[in-house]
Amino acid sequence: MAGRRHAKKHPLLTASGLNAWYGAAQILFDLGFTVFEGEVVALMGRNGAGKSTTVKSLMGLVRHSGEIRFDERRLLNMKPHAIARLGLGYVPEERRVFKGLSVVENLEVGRLPPREGTAAWTPERLFDLFPNLAEARHRQASDTSGGEQQMLAIARTLMGNPKLLLLDEPSEGLAPVIVERMAKTLKTLKAEGLTILMCEQNIHFARPLADRALVLESGVVRYDGSFEALEADDILRRGSLAL
Amino acid sequence: MDFSFIVIQTLNGLATASFLFIAACGLSIVFGVTRIVNFAHGSFYMLGAYFAVTYTPMLLGVMPGFFGFWFGVLTAALSVGLLAILMEVFLLRRIYRAPELFQLLATFGVVLVVQDLVVWLWGPEDILGPRAPGLSSFVTILGQRFPTYELAMIVAGPLVLAAIWLLFHKTRFGVLVRAATADREIAGTLGVNQTALFTAVLFLSGCLAGLAGALQMPREPANPFMDINMIAEAFVVTVIGGMGSVPGAFLAAVLIGLLQAFGIVIFPKITLVLVFLVMAVVLIMRPYGLLGRPETVGAAPANEAVPMPPFDAPARLFTVVIIGFLVLLPFFADDFTLKLMIEVMVFGLFALSLNLLLGIGGVVSFGHAAYFGLGAYGAALIARHFNAPMEAGLLLAPVFAGVGAALLGAFLVRLSGVYLAMLTLAFAQILYAVAFQWVEITGGDNGLIGIWPSAWAAERLPYYYLTLTLCTIAVLLLFRLIEAPFGYALRAGRDAPARADAIGIHVARHRWLAFTLAGVAAGLAGGLYVYSKGNIDPVSLSIPISVDALTMALLGGIHTFFGPLVGAAGLHLLKDFIMPLSDHWRFFLGALIIALVLLFPEGIAGFFRRHASWRKAGEARA
Ligand SMILES: Nc1ncnc2c1ncn2[C@@H]1O[C@H](COP(=O)(O)OP(=O)(O)OP(=O)(O)O)[C@@H](O)[C@H]1O
Ligand SMILES: [Mg+2]
Repeated sequence: MAGRRHAKKHPLLTASGLNAWYGAAQILFDLGFTVFEGEVVALMGRNGAGKSTTVKSLMGLVRHSGEIRFDERRLLNMKPHAIARLGLGYVPEERRVFKGLSVVENLEVGRLPPREGTAAWTPERLFDLFPNLAEARHRQASDTSGGEQQMLAIARTLMGNPKLLLLDEPSEGLAPVIVERMAKTLKTLKAEGLTILMCEQNIHFARPLADRALVLESGVVRYDGSFEALEADDILRRGSLAL
Repeated sequence: MDFSFIVIQTLNGLATASFLFIAACGLSIVFGVTRIVNFAHGSFYMLGAYFAVTYTPMLLGVMPGFFGFWFGVLTAALSVGLLAILMEVFLLRRIYRAPELFQLLATFGVVLVVQDLVVWLWGPEDILGPRAPGLSSFVTILGQRFPTYELAMIVAGPLVLAAIWLLFHKTRFGVLVRAATADREIAGTLGVNQTALFTAVLFLSGCLAGLAGALQMPREPANPFMDINMIAEAFVVTVIGGMGSVPGAFLAAVLIGLLQAFGIVIFPKITLVLVFLVMAVVLIMRPYGLLGRPETVGAAPANEAVPMPPFDAPARLFTVVIIGFLVLLPFFADDFTLKLMIEVMVFGLFALSLNLLLGIGGVVSFGHAAYFGLGAYGAALIARHFNAPMEAGLLLAPVFAGVGAALLGAFLVRLSGVYLAMLTLAFAQILYAVAFQWVEITGGDNGLIGIWPSAWAAERLPYYYLTLTLCTIAVLLLFRLIEAPFGYALRAGRDAPARADAIGIHVARHRWLAFTLAGVAAGLAGGLYVYSKGNIDPVSLSIPISVDALTMALLGGIHTFFGPLVGAAGLHLLKDFIMPLSDHWRFFLGALIIALVLLFPEGIAGFFRRHASWRKAGEARA
């Protein structure tokens, strides 16, 4: 197991027996997984497998049961804003930037008090990380490109100085050049020690970044381990990932 | 019309616009952030006026002149803001997740409570406040006199707009408010504490409404009818501007202000109609108002499919028992009880017709009094002007109402959510205004009197049986409809409109048909009502009647067959029980509504049904 490599590391997030529902329909079934500190994990699976629902459950956005531990704290029944304040940063699918607000105002919404022991994110530092945003800083978010909005969505969440970043499909719908730039940026963040759980369908994007793959199929964990073993398992790859 | 006249009317219009804007913008802000349509905003406004006429003379006693007056206005506004915080903490906070209609009903409960408290504290007489020092005279513009206070008010509106703009763009609080208005859920995931934000927003809107009421002091005495008069106009301004948009509210206020100033000259008879007509036209052309935006995806919770319990053997037995009881009732009940039961049946039918839209169609009709009133006035008008007999009246009442509903429904099906609700309200208010202002035909405020049944039904007993027969037929037809494919199609459209459309259900057409049929049933109720009373007045078309129907349906439980009937019976018996006991029936009714919403967010019938199913589950386990 590739997880072994991190066994001595500190588990930052642990989910066990996680179920989730939309209305009466159960979407997740008894999920269990761990994300260790400093690690990048790719959450993979076909459309509708439950990737988004998993991160939304972690964030307290959908009705769920089971146990979620983050940094020694239990998250069950906590409100999203309280979870965010504990250090879980969520970047939603389809970006959902505040269109009527300017780029700097979007960042302001995400600002939370600095966390002890780490340098706090400021708009200036984020503009260094995302140079495109620096130029667009006073523009309305609605007047920025899709790539800029994706970067803004990430930057906005970083303003909360999260310990764990939940990224829902960061490469989706972006031009290849932008995808490359995004990958680079995420590498930088990883190098700075940020822990990331990333929903990603695109294995070519995920593979160079992630330490480990977690594959969902119809709301259950089908695979949890290294990319090498995943790629060797042709049947699993075809069945669960549709590459 | 000479030039100076046009200038003066423009100034009048702008002054009115300022008031409207200050009064309405808080409503819009609260809706934007919390998605609650706050009826109690009108109560805030009224309280602002009462506080101002109370504090200001006292403060003027201590510090006469400029400071005393404006300090009084400010204190009044802040006091209302504090009361708004109380309402947020003790009421709204508990029902943010309840269906939007329950929230609306709860805030209407607050309206009732405040109305009685105001009369209790300040008495029923109008209270005149002091004039503004230094602003109590006239200036002469192009040879015409114009009050300086009005001139100051023309400036006040843009000043408030500028202050709000600065607050929203230059402070963190304002940025958070705008973010939450755009996408509450994401703002929450970024660590924005909604509870604190909502409380602050309620405070802000309370202050603004209170300010508007206090500024009214030199123009109009504080009186206990200010709340309802204001809230209808504030809704219009908010909706035309786009719910949640402050600049939109300003634009709409200017539009309405000028319209009123010139409308009163050009069409003195239809000023009230004009305002709602403009709102209807704007909504039909721009379904989200002038500057509003459609709701973001994910902002609204997904509909959860609510099954209707089947009309099975127990339900049928219950129906038979109820009908049997009603048939036998005259043998042991007195005249008063029969009169009461006629009302219960009429309003039961009315509530059930509303529920065809609300519970089955998922369409919020906010002005259901329109069809009740159309039926009632239709019957009364042909009786008055064409000497038509009762039989013709009862036959044509549903037709009038059905045609009205069909016409409006054709426009409505394009709208959604709160805008749709507001257009139905606008339609009801237009009819109300027509009934009120077209005195020659409708009798105006006094209405039409002497509308009696035909000789054979003139006594209470035959009229009781007539009502029972017609209501039973109508109710059973409605039940059949709900159980038929038509009902299933409606529910599919309610729970998953996109999917229903995809499998070939024409959602819009079904909704339109539901609208028409609900109108027909409500019209029959209206016709039966007018002949039981012998008269009709514009109250039958007013907001409180629409709210009554909503209360009955919601408190009874909109996802049950009998709920609305249970609610109608419950509300009427309660009203008849409370009203003779106390002058303060509004207070008790309001408190009761609030309590019921807090205790039974799924309605009374729904509550008992769930209890019954728990019991069954318990027995099965045992
Ligand atoms: N708001 C919702 N209401 C009801 N069902 C939903 C909702 N959102 C998602 N679902 C359902 O839940 C299941 C899992 O969806 P989810 O969005 O988690 O999948 P995903 O793995 O993120 O897929 P994608 O790659 O398309 O983003 C799907 O079957 C989907 O139809
Ligand atoms: Mg997804």
